[in-house]
Amino acid sequence: MKKDWPLWEVFIRSKKGLHHRHVGSLHAADEKMAIENARDVYTRRNEGVSIWVVESKHITASNPEEMDSLFEPATDKVYRHPTFYNLPDELKHM
Amino acid sequence: MDTVHLEKDFQEKIDQEIKIEPKDFMPDAYRKTLVRQISQHAHSEIVGMLPESNWIGRAPSLRRKLGLLAKVQDEAGHGLYLYSACETLGVDRESLIEQLHEGKAKYSSIFNYPTLTWADIGAIGWLVDGAAIMNQVPLCRCSYGPYSRAMIRICKEESFHQRQGFEILLTLSRGSEEQKEMLQDSVNRWWWPSLMMFGPHDKDSPHTAKSMKWKIKRFSNDELRQKFVDVIAEQIKILGITLPDPDLSWNEERGHYDFGPINWDEFWDVVGGNGPCNKQRMHDRVTAHERGAWVRDAAIAHAEKRATRKAISKAS
Repeated sequence: MKKDWPLWEVFIRSKKGLHHRHVGSLHAADEKMAIENARDVYTRRNEGVSIWVVESKHITASNPEEMDSLFEPATDKVYRHPTFYNLPDELKHM
Repeated sequence: MDTVHLEKDFQEKIDQEIKIEPKDFMPDAYRKTLVRQISQHAHSEIVGMLPESNWIGRAPSLRRKLGLLAKVQDEAGHGLYLYSACETLGVDRESLIEQLHEGKAKYSSIFNYPTLTWADIGAIGWLVDGAAIMNQVPLCRCSYGPYSRAMIRICKEESFHQRQGFEILLTLSRGSEEQKEMLQDSVNRWWWPSLMMFGPHDKDSPHTAKSMKWKIKRFSNDELRQKFVDVIAEQIKILGITLPDPDLSWNEERGHYDFGPINWDEFWDVVGGNGPCNKQRMHDRVTAHERGAWVRDAAIAHAEKRATRKAISKAS
């Protein structure tokens, strides 16, 4: 029998109040082992308070070649930014 | 887009310091160079645990043992960061490990030297990790995203390694005559192999130009080696011993230390498999892997059984 352990992506919340962030990947037989391996590989110095693992095959990624068209809808919408609106200097706290 | 255009775009990104990510276009030669370099680097971390583990059970105090254990655990972690970075280039873990075990992939030759005394653990931390850090810091800015991110993590952790090494040597330097001799002997043995870690001279390093153009490498072998000599030649004064090089002297004009010729015959001999410990290292690595096979298989079998049970209980 020769079968590789599947690949998992690891996300760590470095402290309460922050998002989980992708830190890397590792191999593990199942989700429990993936969490334990993630602890040993990515948090040897208290880098986290919470770990997410997900098997890499479940991640769908956007295609970098289609980046321009994918993000095109937001490129010409300057009016979504606060600086687009002209207001007098005397107006405070806005 | 045709290949010529893609390659032009690729180089433009590199020139603008935009990182290349796994799914982006990259020339085959860039991918190959990275796979070779990153896997070699990962193998070095893993094989690098062997000479040090030799002293875990014989560390002179609990404090030293804890430090050394933590360091060896870090090396394992570094190997794993790097293997996963390498896997993003489309090679799987198993074949990387096979290449190492079949002797098709190299690891750093420095680990083919034996750790004869406790002082060697200090010398490895100071000189070998010191040389590695010198090499690795510029790699944090490498053009390939996953490699650069792995290197940032590694460099953060590596500085403790060098400090623990120097502390060991410092303690010996303040010890008995016997301990001082052990210290000098160790530095004598590790100095030249450490200088070899930077690789052949620039004129004999055919890949350098390409790697610099691709921003995989930022400094040449000789530049980094010189930097290392300049740092170590100063630090050694604190230990009150000398480096085993009669030609070592400060060159006012260059603003650098001059140093003697490196024995490249020895270097190529060790690379070629004839170092003092090449066979032992590979034997230990392969044996450990084979002995772990049943654990890996059992874990998979267990995971599959659990998954099946879960599926059945869901269905009923």
